[in-house]
Amino acid sequence: MELGQMQGRLAEFTKSLYMEGILDAQFLQLQQLQDESNPDFVVEVVSLFFEDSEKLLNDIARALDQQSVDFKRVDAHVHQLKGSSASVGAQRVKNACVAFRNCCEEQNVEGCLRCLQQVKQEHYLVKNKLETLFRLEQQIVAAGGSVPMAEMTF
Amino acid sequence: MSSTNTENWMKDIGVVDLTGVGGGSTSAATKITALVVDDDSVNQTIHSKMLENLGIQNQVETIFDLILMDMDMPVMNGIEATRKLREMGVRSIIAGVSTCTRDEREQKEFMEAGLDDFQEKPLTTPKLVSILHKLNKKC
Repeated sequence: MELGQMQGRLAEFTKSLYMEGILDAQFLQLQQLQDESNPDFVVEVVSLFFEDSEKLLNDIARALDQQSVDFKRVDAHVHQLKGSSASVGAQRVKNACVAFRNCCEEQNVEGCLRCLQQVKQEHYLVKNKLETLFRLEQQIVAAGGSVPMAEMTF
Repeated sequence: MSSTNTENWMKDIGVVDLTGVGGGSTSAATKITALVVDDDSVNQTIHSKMLENLGIQNQVETIFDLILMDMDMPVMNGIEATRKLREMGVRSIIAGVSTCTRDEREQKEFMEAGLDDFQEKPLTTPKLVSILHKLNKKC
């Protein structure tokens, strides 16, 4: 594929992530923090996010599996996940966490299990999408091109 | 990040010399140090990078101009930590940074513990610049 085509594909793909609400403007903030002194900043932060969030999801699942569920503990984990997903711009994960916290407040185990599934789904989706995004960026760089400076013009 | 935006923010908070004496450099300008207090490593990384991009050093062993204080931390929460720092006589600007709390009373308690400012997460560079304006006023 020719460089121009690759860059066009990246632009369209990026646009779709915002239009579908998978990412929000906070992801753009992250991209704008990246500079020559730290050219892999976004990949590093996103990798850190997925590392931490996978542990949190496991902790939540374990907490919900207890005979006597500690909803405060579950809520604390969800709160942390909500915070970090908001910080990286993973909007749908964040929104799923907001709904999850309501279930924790209601102390409804079934509801919480459904919410956990929803969060896991959104988490899986954003992870796949971002892997694709980074792969597209790498292909452009490998072909001698540059990834355009992030901006939201749509 | 747009270098124009960054330069404007840096001039705005005084970390770039405006007088022209230092040739518009950072060497003749105010040096600000900051401490990020957050139990979440993603937030620590992002907030540190924001500060670094504004020419602000994130250090451990120093007297800080600015402390970014998270609210929810497992061993000691932000309210207690802020209270303790003020009791110790710490005069740094302390800015609470937290996700929107449902409980307004909790946010009020956080402010009363000794905060100079409060910003909702996610933190952005414009929000950080707004906090840093308080630093310039306090000085």
